[in-house]
Amino acid sequence: MKKEMTYIENVYSWGLRWNMVVMVILLAFPLTVGILFGALPEWGGLLLGLLNTAPMYWAVGVIETFTYIPMLGAGGSYLSFVTGNISNLKLPCALNALDQAGVKVNSDEGEVVSTIAIATSSIVTTVIIILGVILLVPISPILNAPVLEPAFAQILPALFGGLGVVFISRNWKIAIAPVTLMLILFIFVPALNENRIGIMIPVSVLFTIGFSRILYRKGWL
Amino acid sequence: MTFHTNHPLLFVLAGIIIAVVLAQSVFFLIKAWRRGVAIGMDRAKLRRIAVTAVVFTIAPAVAIVISVITLAKDLGLALPWLRLSVVGSLSYETLAATNAESAMGLTFGQAPALNASQYVTIAWVMTLSIMVGIWLVPVVCRRLRNGMINLEKRDAKWTDIFQSSMFIGMIAAFVGYVFCDVSTVLEGSFAGLIPVAVMAVSALVMCLAGLLVSKTKVRWISDYALPVSLIAGMASAIPITAWLS
Repeated sequence: MKKEMTYIENVYSWGLRWNMVVMVILLAFPLTVGILFGALPEWGGLLLGLLNTAPMYWAVGVIETFTYIPMLGAGGSYLSFVTGNISNLKLPCALNALDQAGVKVNSDEGEVVSTIAIATSSIVTTVIIILGVILLVPISPILNAPVLEPAFAQILPALFGGLGVVFISRNWKIAIAPVTLMLILFIFVPALNENRIGIMIPVSVLFTIGFSRILYRKGWL
Repeated sequence: MTFHTNHPLLFVLAGIIIAVVLAQSVFFLIKAWRRGVAIGMDRAKLRRIAVTAVVFTIAPAVAIVISVITLAKDLGLALPWLRLSVVGSLSYETLAATNAESAMGLTFGQAPALNASQYVTIAWVMTLSIMVGIWLVPVVCRRLRNGMINLEKRDAKWTDIFQSSMFIGMIAAFVGYVFCDVSTVLEGSFAGLIPVAVMAVSALVMCLAGLLVSKTKVRWISDYALPVSLIAGMASAIPITAWLS
């Protein structure tokens, strides 16, 4: 008799299928454009462009995958790595939802909460971008108005101010060392800027886990 | 067929891919919702989670629309629409497009009308560079999740701390990033303090919301505290920028 699959086993199965479909159709985009317009890539440009871009992105992609999956849950991970904008949207959204619901991501409830939050966020983002593209002509002057520019330029500080105060105040013993380290690094190393945040997140996460482990072993947590 | 970066066919192709991704989100939402109901979760609670996610997402999503407009100057609308709806983010896509254009002797932001060959080259670089997560998640997700569950069985307290450490680690990196330009104060420019002040306003609003919840016991305030602190922080950036620039 065929064994009935659990919900989480189904999530792995659905996620595999959906992500493979998305991967194939994403690759089909440049391929189809090339066929439709009779254009081959500029091979030299492609090779050089990939050499300058792909190694860093692939390395960051691998590290992000291992860093974010334990925080996003299974369903949330499959969706987030397809829809993107993880650290600046999907992960804060899931963290907030888990916090509000008072559940952990690896529990049955946490898996549901995280997936609902991320799926909803993905749908809303996609719909807003579609509306933005359709209404580009009338809304472009509003969105690009000089008066609103500072508001959209400061979205990350505005996001992590609210989120940070909740998590840091609850876990201040864990937070002291990583926050101090990141402040020192970002203030005194000029090369660290917005483009390096993707690399610094895993560095900070690993440091925090190591520091917490020491505190835990000493019985200070 | 004459190519241009806003050719209707490009929108059709991008639209098909985005429709599939939208369908994936709807599929997972329905499955998770049904699962929530099946394990006895209150429907009102599930609705509250979804509504909070909607409210929380609006401002960052509008910022993504602005990113689409930024990239559209060189690439037309269809490709940025696709890249920022599927997998991408502004910093990744800008860097990939910049590298691809410079590899062909072009300058990002000043490129003349791209021909089909240049466009296809940029699309390949952007697509191939960003795909790791899509195939790696199915490969490692089960093992990582099982690893976390086994860890919890062995030592539940440490698993709690481990998970909190991951959140804190991520937040610490962003807190550090917010301070990355403060050293410009030594050169007489206060612009580096703008993100710090915005973060402080957002944190203050969050604290006030927490205080209000503990005094009034009104539950919904905490549901919307994060979106409200986000909007308040963004709104405060307008006068703060005018003041410190």
